[in-house]
Amino acid sequence: MMRVVRWALICLVMLLSGCQQPWNSPYPAGLSGESVIFRAFSAPPKHLDPVVSYSSNEWGIISQIYEPPLQYAYLKQPYTLEPLTLTAMPQVRYLDAQGRPTTPARAVYSEYVLHLRDDVRYQPHPAFVEANRQLSPAQIEALETPYDLPQRGSRYLRAQDYVYAIKRMGVRAYQSPVLDVLAQHIVGLKDYSKKVSQAYEKWKETQPDGGFFDLRPFAIEGVRAPDAHTLVIRLKGRYPQFLYWLSMNFFAPIPWEVDAFYSQPGMKASNLTLDQWPVGTGPFMLVENNPNFRMRLVRNPNYHQDTYPCEASSNVPRALLADCGRPLPQVDQVLYSLEKESIPYWNKFLQGYYDASGVSSDAFDQAVQLSATGDIGLTPAMREKGIRFLGGVQPTIMYFGFNMLDPVIGGLDDTHRKLRQAISIAVNMEEYISIFLNGRGVPAQGPLPPGIFGYAPPPEGLNPVVYRWAAGRAVRRGLDEARRLLAEAGYPGGIDPKTGQPLKLYFEAVGSGPDDQARLAWLRKQFAKLGIDLVIRATDYNRFQDKMRQGKGQIFMWGWNADYPDPENFLFLLYGKNGVVATGGNGVNYANYENPVFDRLFERMQTLPNGPERRAIIERMVRLVQRDAPWIFGFYPRSLALVHSWYHNAWPNMMANNTTKYLRVDATDRVRKQQAWNRPVVWVLWLLAAVALLLVAGSVWLYRRRQARTGRAA
Amino acid sequence: MITYLARRLLYAVPILIGVNLITFALFFMVNTPDDMARIHLGAKQTTPEMIEAWKAAHGYDKPLFYNPQATGLAALTDTLFVRESLKLFTFDFGLSDSGRDIVSDIRQRMWPSLALAVPTFLLGLWVNVTLALAVVLFRYSAVDRTALVVAVVMMSISGLFYIIGGQVLFSKVLHWVPISGYQPGLLAWKFLILPVVVGVVAGIGSGLRWYRTVFLEEVGKDYVRTARAKGLSEWRTLSRHVLRNGLLPILTGVVVVIPTLFMGSLVMESFFGIPGLGSYTIEAIQGQDFAIVKAMVFLGSVLYILGLLLTDIAYAWADPRVRFE
Repeated sequence: MMRVVRWALICLVMLLSGCQQPWNSPYPAGLSGESVIFRAFSAPPKHLDPVVSYSSNEWGIISQIYEPPLQYAYLKQPYTLEPLTLTAMPQVRYLDAQGRPTTPARAVYSEYVLHLRDDVRYQPHPAFVEANRQLSPAQIEALETPYDLPQRGSRYLRAQDYVYAIKRMGVRAYQSPVLDVLAQHIVGLKDYSKKVSQAYEKWKETQPDGGFFDLRPFAIEGVRAPDAHTLVIRLKGRYPQFLYWLSMNFFAPIPWEVDAFYSQPGMKASNLTLDQWPVGTGPFMLVENNPNFRMRLVRNPNYHQDTYPCEASSNVPRALLADCGRPLPQVDQVLYSLEKESIPYWNKFLQGYYDASGVSSDAFDQAVQLSATGDIGLTPAMREKGIRFLGGVQPTIMYFGFNMLDPVIGGLDDTHRKLRQAISIAVNMEEYISIFLNGRGVPAQGPLPPGIFGYAPPPEGLNPVVYRWAAGRAVRRGLDEARRLLAEAGYPGGIDPKTGQPLKLYFEAVGSGPDDQARLAWLRKQFAKLGIDLVIRATDYNRFQDKMRQGKGQIFMWGWNADYPDPENFLFLLYGKNGVVATGGNGVNYANYENPVFDRLFERMQTLPNGPERRAIIERMVRLVQRDAPWIFGFYPRSLALVHSWYHNAWPNMMANNTTKYLRVDATDRVRKQQAWNRPVVWVLWLLAAVALLLVAGSVWLYRRRQARTGRAA
Repeated sequence: MITYLARRLLYAVPILIGVNLITFALFFMVNTPDDMARIHLGAKQTTPEMIEAWKAAHGYDKPLFYNPQATGLAALTDTLFVRESLKLFTFDFGLSDSGRDIVSDIRQRMWPSLALAVPTFLLGLWVNVTLALAVVLFRYSAVDRTALVVAVVMMSISGLFYIIGGQVLFSKVLHWVPISGYQPGLLAWKFLILPVVVGVVAGIGSGLRWYRTVFLEEVGKDYVRTARAKGLSEWRTLSRHVLRNGLLPILTGVVVVIPTLFMGSLVMESFFGIPGLGSYTIEAIQGQDFAIVKAMVFLGSVLYILGLLLTDIAYAWADPRVRFE
């Protein structure tokens, strides 16, 4: 009897807890009314260690926790760096071979001096308590999260923590994806990496169960901390893009205590590692991490003074400055739920259970309508809910590349160039954007996307090979012009004189799903307009990459996201010394384009500061690649996000990742709307119950009648 | 019986070695360790040094089946296959290629999978058997024919339709339950109702037809006629005698499934946001995480063998005429 009562009580409590909010709310009662941002993630993040992590979904989380020295100004465009844990922007000193000050032009080294703020503290964490760094195996086995340990400490940020982070980057076994790039620039990093990696391997042989490999005794020649608040990094030559690196999580501080804490034997077997449980100085701390289910950030109580920006570029709505000067972060929690499928994600957004959402192709027509001029707007149903949309062109380019080493399609001579130019005209990117991207893209005129220094919008930046400027807009050149170029290239009517048959070209394709098939069919049609027979060579991603590395592909599609908003980060995709074949598979110039003039210009451009001289060089470089056409300049994708009316201060800054601290939610408005949009339809329950009763009663009646029937009647 | 079980367990060893061999061969036929390194490093510029370091850190620097640099027996034992297979047989799954402890992950993810699979399985079994018995009760009548047509229609509908339709109807239109999501502990009921109902309903078509066939075969037998002649009601005859004797073919299909329940359901868990094991293997294949793939394939094989063994035991329990020989 007591058991029945107990279960009845449990059921009652559960039902009552559900009554305080809509029945279909996926969150615990009352949570929607708190200062929480509800977000979804579609794939579990693999790495949260700032030295290893390099995916956008991982950076979306760790950028709220870690603080590299610099950040992007939230409301400024073009993208501008500003101090985050520094008192001012880094000072750059140019030095000669003997280490004496010199002019930038003669510099053999450049030295970046960073002065740290003295009010930056780490989040509360057990690693800062000495006793927690000497736990017994039984204590470690009992832990599910580091926060199960009751004693937690903190300390102020020191320059040595940044040095320690760079030292971690140098250990080959830690697998930092940027070690080899940075080793080319930071003085002594390469030698240090070799030495420390060997030492680590030797140490590992003696410590099969793991333990703390202390990096403090090792030194990197070009990285030092003269005092607790000064960090000096010496680079080879000039590398102005280094400032952008200082805004990336690879340069987030790591206190040695944290490394020691997570290195204790047994921690790894309990998934207690720095790769799972980050420790930073940022506005939030990760207190729940189940990457297959949910991750929860809460406000870091030790977060330093930081306020909402009071300055914005002219293209930013003034309403975004309403919170000027308010302390950050503006919310207490961020809850990330795993949502693998787009349909439930979208429906939960419409129900008000996610604050923001992208627009999948399934939901596009429901959410967005295109005007006659191609402008994107919301449908009346979305506007009625108070939903707003945020969009912007991403610092990304998608392109079709030609392998310049290929005997048919490659080469810088006039004949081959004309063949590529003809194809560039025929492949109609406007049509591609309209059919496959629902208009979410801007046809590319060159390798530089908008927002990057040196980008020139049409008509200045118009690609004259593919477009002409008419009636105030770029108009794709006609097929007759493409056919003329094709004939001049030696393929009149698309016929290969060697075979007398249509010219056969090969496209390396990766995907094989229904969407991919439609794209590939479209692409074949584009080539067929010139009489060229495009053969699709479908393969898996691994084989595709192999082909690219060996220069065996002919035509392919590729894309590039900006690591930092500098033209060097795009133009190096066409720099000869980065050719994927020439570098044995390490380069990023997948078209293997090598033009000595372009290369010379690139070498000059990359170390120049932004200014008229740099702009002029970039313009020449862009003109060169427009003429040589090693790529069909595809499109710059346009991002599109929808946000609810209670979600404030969202702004599409495409380079900044630590933007959650600026956001604010009106939880009262959210709860009100959630309740209005999700009232349960109760009468259907009664109807179903009645139908079930009728069915049971009918069955019983039928059964009894059947039982009562005589043998003769049966 | 103990001899029989011991013999069956010994048979399992070569089967598991074979499964493991095929898993290794197939996986590395498609993905080379270099490919795996590139995927895991995720860097835009991956250097040979980075690839070698990744392989060394994860043990993929060894040859797969034969080590020409080793001498004697070591040429076979100092290989990826032997080293990793031996660990599997001790259920030491180690770390995934992305650095997480696999046993911890399985332990964490198996409970939501079980929370969904066990009620769906039990409720589905009960509903299907009850409905089949009811249909057999009205056999060859309009009720029976209607039920058959409905069952065929239900079988013909894709499982995805039930999922998306259920989500739209019960969450989007009626606002009764969350469309997806999960909460650990007692609050899980709210998130499990819909997937369980969808799972049960989606299985009614095939279940009803299968169990109806089984019971119809039994209902014409002599012992049923005897039961009726003794004056038992039709329902009592069906539920007491026909059900019990129809258990044997049912057990064949049912018991073998029980151990594999905890491996979860890929589609259901993905759509309903249940953090179970269903997608663990698929995600690992997509992410080229061989450590997880081999562990899950091995575990799946062990469970399947266990299921077959349980079926044999269940036979003997259901029908004493069956002997372990």
